[in-house]
Amino acid sequence: MTILVTRNQLVIPGEILARGSEIKAGGGVFRKKVNNETEIYASMIGLAQIRKNRVGIVPLEGCYIPLEGDIVIGKITRVGITSWNVDIRGPYVGSLRVGNVIERDFDALRESLDRILQVGDIIKAQITYFDRMRDPVLTLQGRGLRKINNGRLIEVDPVKIPRIIGKKGSMIQLLKNMTNTQIIIGQNGRIIIVTNNLEIENLVERAIRKIVAEAHTSGLTDRIREFLEKEKMELSYKK
Amino acid sequence: MNEEITSLIREDGLRLDGRGLHELRPISMRTGVLDRADGSCYLTWGNNKIICAVYGPRELHPKHLAQPDKAIVRVEYRLATFSVGERKSPAPRRREYELSKILTESINNVLFLEKFPNGTIDLFITVLDADGGTRCAALTAASLGLADAGIPMRGIVTGCAVGKVDGKIVVDLSDIEDKEGKGDMPVAMIFNTGELTLLQCDGTFTPEEVEEGLKLSKTAIGQIYQMQRKALLAKYSQIEEHLDELDEEEE
Repeated sequence: MTILVTRNQLVIPGEILARGSEIKAGGGVFRKKVNNETEIYASMIGLAQIRKNRVGIVPLEGCYIPLEGDIVIGKITRVGITSWNVDIRGPYVGSLRVGNVIERDFDALRESLDRILQVGDIIKAQITYFDRMRDPVLTLQGRGLRKINNGRLIEVDPVKIPRIIGKKGSMIQLLKNMTNTQIIIGQNGRIIIVTNNLEIENLVERAIRKIVAEAHTSGLTDRIREFLEKEKMELSYKK
Repeated sequence: MNEEITSLIREDGLRLDGRGLHELRPISMRTGVLDRADGSCYLTWGNNKIICAVYGPRELHPKHLAQPDKAIVRVEYRLATFSVGERKSPAPRRREYELSKILTESINNVLFLEKFPNGTIDLFITVLDADGGTRCAALTAASLGLADAGIPMRGIVTGCAVGKVDGKIVVDLSDIEDKEGKGDMPVAMIFNTGELTLLQCDGTFTPEEVEEGLKLSKTAIGQIYQMQRKALLAKYSQIEEHLDELDEEEE
């Protein structure tokens, strides 16, 4: 068993990461048998991750792949008779059924769904069901799941979301506490910033863009703290 | 006034544009050039200028084309009206359909399409300026675009043509060598594993010449692969360098 990369090394698709049959494959890699030996290759651009005998990639580019249980921020694209279609920025359209939105019985003959949610509405929803056979099924029943009425919506690379949240939520807590804003994060790369101060709103967006651009570097939380402190000082000088 | 071309190789043994027999034209590439696309690449290869946009994986319309077990790849290769000597009609012609088809087939086996059933991956390749060897250049650009979009793939595809000019095997044909030479053999492969994804041949080659051509193209593809690798990582290493500078300033 040989591991041919170092931790956090940048790799591109097709680069060999490790050799040997006892090595387990993590995310973003694939296995291949060459001359009776198992080799593990990267399948995306990313940072190599090594944990015991498992080798994987943390991708730096990529689209959103729905996962059951994910909280996503979706946009209604179609209102049907008993369900909505929701754009969740992935390869598949999410479907939101009326039973997963309101608790009472719904009579499609008497009521129309666009009285509840209209095309263009932004919702915070959860994916309850998804597999290769069916499109993702969403729900609005759960803690904090609802239609979102105000705030600034920004879109970032979905693969950068874990970095914006940070280890055990450290980064997002830092952002929230230092700027006193409400931030809603969807796993699909949409973020909503809610605050009544335009300058703070701009500042949070700049901070998030900075995290995205530097997602592959270490010591990011500290740099963001410094960045926020400096920018906040400047804001208070202006006043 | 038209002087007849008597030889494509000069008396000093170099080619008409001053290159050695096995020398590549200057190549540059940049990824992430288009904001709206999921992945993109701009590539210049000698006088060729190619831009490639990648979208997907995304929902496939019309739905009847969808395959329930995997995604499909659609490639649209287009020559700009001003890319060739005489103005080209903007409507796709035989050549563009052919190239779209071979590029699709070449890319098809490199991607993990089974991860995205019912979906599609769309590539739009526009040749802004054509000067021979656009199919290999387009393929080189396309694989950079795909990697930039974060689509899982088995490796980076790299293309390079070899050909026969005045009885000699040369690497990376220019337009005039392609038209006036004795043969043209575009090769594309995943360099790391040596798997061929495209091999075409125009003209007549002896078995020995084919072997020599394949060997030469592998060397050339190795050089181009290193450029591709650098181009893909450039985005990230630039930021890292910038951060290092900041750290030094603070110290």
